[in-house]
Amino acid sequence: MARTMKSMPPPGLREAGTSRRRGFGRSLRRGEQLWGMVFISPMLIGVMILVLFPIIATLVLGFADWNFVQGWDGIRWVGLQNFRSLLEDDIFLKSIRNNMIFLLTVPIYMIISMALAILIDRHVYMKGYFKVAYFMPYISNIVAVAVVWQVLFQPSYGPINEVLRSIGIANPPKWIADPNYALVSIMMISVWISIGFNLIIYIAGLQSIPKDLYEAAEIDGANGWTKFRRITLPLLSPTSFFLLVTGIISTFKVFDIIAVMTQGGPIGSTTMMVWYLYDTAFVNLKVGYASSIAAVLFGFVMLITLGQWAAQKKWVNY
Amino acid sequence: MHTLLRADWRKAFVTAVMFAVSILFLLPFVWMLITSFKVEKDVFVFPIQWIPREWNAIENYKEVWFGDYPFYLYYWNSIKVSLLTTAISALVSALAAYGFSKIQFAAGKWLFLIVLFTYMIPGQAILIPQFILYRNIGLFDNHFGLIVLGSFSVLGTFMLRQFFMGVHQEFIESAKIDGGSHPRIFWSIALPLVKPAVATYAILRFIWTWNDYQNPLIFLRTDGLFTIPLAMQKFTSLSGEFYSLIMAAAVSAIFPLLIVFIIGQKSVIEGIALGGVKG
Repeated sequence: MARTMKSMPPPGLREAGTSRRRGFGRSLRRGEQLWGMVFISPMLIGVMILVLFPIIATLVLGFADWNFVQGWDGIRWVGLQNFRSLLEDDIFLKSIRNNMIFLLTVPIYMIISMALAILIDRHVYMKGYFKVAYFMPYISNIVAVAVVWQVLFQPSYGPINEVLRSIGIANPPKWIADPNYALVSIMMISVWISIGFNLIIYIAGLQSIPKDLYEAAEIDGANGWTKFRRITLPLLSPTSFFLLVTGIISTFKVFDIIAVMTQGGPIGSTTMMVWYLYDTAFVNLKVGYASSIAAVLFGFVMLITLGQWAAQKKWVNY
Repeated sequence: MHTLLRADWRKAFVTAVMFAVSILFLLPFVWMLITSFKVEKDVFVFPIQWIPREWNAIENYKEVWFGDYPFYLYYWNSIKVSLLTTAISALVSALAAYGFSKIQFAAGKWLFLIVLFTYMIPGQAILIPQFILYRNIGLFDNHFGLIVLGSFSVLGTFMLRQFFMGVHQEFIESAKIDGGSHPRIFWSIALPLVKPAVATYAILRFIWTWNDYQNPLIFLRTDGLFTIPLAMQKFTSLSGEFYSLIMAAAVSAIFPLLIVFIIGQKSVIEGIALGGVKG
């Protein structure tokens, strides 16, 4: 972010451009208006039709009882009924609970990523190799990755349990087949995937910390731990905050890995909000009810985003 | 001199430890690759054979690519959808980014706020109305619909807008005085200046489109139209216990990404770092 701000022309320059333009008279300004609209209209029309209109429709449909197969005539307006039902819907409540548990992955992968980033940035040879190696899971096709893990986690003859048995663990967990371990297994894979992304962002953050701060601290006789606590950690806080917020939002959107690996099971142990939304809308075809789930999801993401904007002023100084 | 040498040793030691940790990240991929070369009965032999005792590579890949569920078809679908989405999305985003940053007009600021707002909407909250819309306007279950869906990403506009803002307004103004129109200025002055940024965005968009599972899952029905992620899943459920084949399919699915990533490595990493973007 800091870098992009710097690349903007200084304010004086922009104003000079504007005032010079004023001399050209009205028709030119109307011309600018027209060209402006021409340039942005493809994006604007696409966004209106594919995003803005649908989000309004979602919020409206959340108040309806409607099934895909009924056709338009089948819509019945039920007011807040859907939302009231959600509060008593065990699967939905379990989804929310699982989403909350899933939040734990965020600090875990942030801590690991920060540690790896510091080591890669300052203390290793072959930086390029490490960036690529840790980044592999992030760029890989999630379906392919999920399928590989499905086989690795196979309870009775999968490689992971074979290894565990060979080092003397007689009854290794059944991983994604066991309701008690399924969510944790998925979380482990999610951590493994997310580290690459967070690592890259942290390395970028580290590179924006001025080196002379560390040199000054060294002259004052600060050891590694003090330097980390007094310089690295505070100066990385905007990065950490950014990763925390995007990380939290992304946990609300978890879908692919659930859809491929567990489909919400066994016995609902890995059901998450978006999976339940998908299942309700596209498997059970209950459009109205699913829309109310979508509205709740939208509400969560909106709250976090607005909260971030409010908090940003206190936290982040670009 | 003495302390310098010690620092070098420490760096070498940390590198060795980090190398060991990085193996953890690569091991599943190595296992996947090796397994795709094996005969089925050797897949779960323990201790793991890191070098297959019996090779079956050609047969496995032949079965995956030209068997009952031919991957060449899904490859073609994925390449088509990903390339077209990338091209259209880059163009639409660059046009909008130029419009929002280099043309000053009153409505622009307001419209930019609207676009900014839509960026906060999670894709999954609008799937249902999109689905209904697509069913009604004939974009459901075809590649064109899928391409349209991926072509209006606000993210590209934001990323490129930052770079267009770095192009000095004076360039634009003096080109205008020389009689250049905005399309000309955009095409022959501004766009070439932000070409690296467009390339970065294009590579990211290609990777995301190639990997997209959710949209094809919802907006495609016909087997013959499937892209790689859907085909991959279908293949897995059909092949049941043939893990050597499944791994050959997985290797095939990841391989093009690896190529794109290795070629564009620097811009991918820089793009992610600069934009702080998450697919």
